[in-house]
Amino acid sequence: MKNSLSFFKISLSGLLITNLLISMPSFAAGTFDKISASKSITMGVRDSSGALSYTLGDGKYTGYHVEICKRIISDLEKTLKTPIQIKYQAVTSQNRIPLVQNGTVDIECGSTTNNATRQKDVSFAVTTYVEEVRIAVKANSGITSIAQLNGKKVATTTGTTSVQILRKNERATGVNFDEVFGKDHADSFLLLESDRADAFVMDGSILAGNIAMAKNPKDFRIVGEVLSVEPIAIMIRKDDPQFKAAVDNTIKGLMKDGSIAKMYQQWFLEPIPPKNTRVGLELSANTKEAWANPNDKPAEEYAKK
Amino acid sequence: MALEFGIFCKSTIEEEFAPKCFGTTFPNVFDGNGDTTYLDWLLSAWGWTLSVAGLALLIALLVGLVVGTLRTLPESSWFNRLLITLANTWVEIFRNIPVLVQIFLWYHVIPMLVPILKGLPAYFLVSIALGFYTSSRIAEQVKAGIQSLPKGQTLAAMALGLTTIQSYRFVILPMALRIVIPPLTSESMNIIKNSSVAFAVSVSELTLFAMQAQEETSKGIEIYLAVTIMYMITALAMNRLMAWVEKKTRVPGFIAPNNPSGAH
Repeated sequence: MKNSLSFFKISLSGLLITNLLISMPSFAAGTFDKISASKSITMGVRDSSGALSYTLGDGKYTGYHVEICKRIISDLEKTLKTPIQIKYQAVTSQNRIPLVQNGTVDIECGSTTNNATRQKDVSFAVTTYVEEVRIAVKANSGITSIAQLNGKKVATTTGTTSVQILRKNERATGVNFDEVFGKDHADSFLLLESDRADAFVMDGSILAGNIAMAKNPKDFRIVGEVLSVEPIAIMIRKDDPQFKAAVDNTIKGLMKDGSIAKMYQQWFLEPIPPKNTRVGLELSANTKEAWANPNDKPAEEYAKK
Repeated sequence: MALEFGIFCKSTIEEEFAPKCFGTTFPNVFDGNGDTTYLDWLLSAWGWTLSVAGLALLIALLVGLVVGTLRTLPESSWFNRLLITLANTWVEIFRNIPVLVQIFLWYHVIPMLVPILKGLPAYFLVSIALGFYTSSRIAEQVKAGIQSLPKGQTLAAMALGLTTIQSYRFVILPMALRIVIPPLTSESMNIIKNSSVAFAVSVSELTLFAMQAQEETSKGIEIYLAVTIMYMITALAMNRLMAWVEKKTRVPGFIAPNNPSGAH
């Protein structure tokens, strides 16, 4: 409880401080220099971003993106010929971009959507996972598509792009519904679970992850059309081509030799710690396509198709 | 870093500039393009902040006045002692639980126990939570105000043959309530600022607007500045309103000499 207040304070003060720092051009030195000077790297991680990045408690973090980042860092160790200590920094949707911009976080391995607005502030590695925004409902509600949400309450999480998608969709289809905001994904899911909302619109992996953790996973179902397709990528500082090339090369290597597919299998289809539950999200055609042709196109490019 | 306040004229749907900045707030005055802009959203969020704070303040003043008065009753009968105990319990319960926890209790836990409350909108439950929390603080101030009166006033009322209710109605409360206006001003301003916790249970007030809009626009500084100014304007307006009340209700020669600065 106290946490949500203090996290807000931190994100606010972080924001103000970081923006003061951004105005100073003192970060011209590349990430490589910073890492080799300090022999450490700060990895931005999430507390609960589905199977992509989450905590096991005790300051330990894991997940699909965190493991990819660990591969990147072990490659960096080879390049720089020095052991690198990994420092974890938990980030939120609100503070992740300022923290990458100001140099607190060197590489963010969470669940950040690569879009054109953010590309003005930060840079993204090649897309490692393509998210599909879907609708989760209670299995007994009989809802199977967005058209049936007319007049219903739809939950979504504050500080995510899903809200905008929902709004655009609302206008395009003429379907009228009330938005209810959860302060985090667990809260939004609670809104659905306690019948304060009829549907929860969010990234498929987060929906699947929350359903897997629910008391009765069979009570919930992911239904309906894909509302939007979003490339999710590892985030790094802008204008550091040397570091971006190193990060991209490792990821491209993983894509080429098929180890990324094994990692996907491990995190999305097999039981994962701490509770040994399964997310159970099959590999989508969009993700497969992103692995076959590595790119860092923003979400807007996907929407054009 | 240049500030771009133009962001407020952008549509929340297409990221395009609306011709008049206002899309939906005053459809008859400004011929907007029908899309909600961030300015529209800011104003609607402000409306929610005012609604939550206003309703909570109403609850807090009514309950706080009653509870605070009950705590000062003479311990002359078992019924009075019961009322005093109940009022003291009320204050201790609501003063000793953090306000955010109380919000969650009213939103998630109490509706489970009392199913009728499930039908109430979130903003109403938050107002109850915030109102009861503040009522415990106001009760404490009302009690202090009553106790600050010279004992002679109560005794004089008794000597005139007034009942307990009459002496409170005609002698004690009219004086005590004037004394507590300055601390009530602080409480009224606090309730506006405390209403920001309503974001935690999906009331789309100013704080929720700030968190969501800064994510969508990446213009955190501008959004937070605007929200800060809205909070300041609201709290300052409340301060001036209470200063006016204080001035209007002042009894010449009572408490302090006529001080033009008004509320503290």
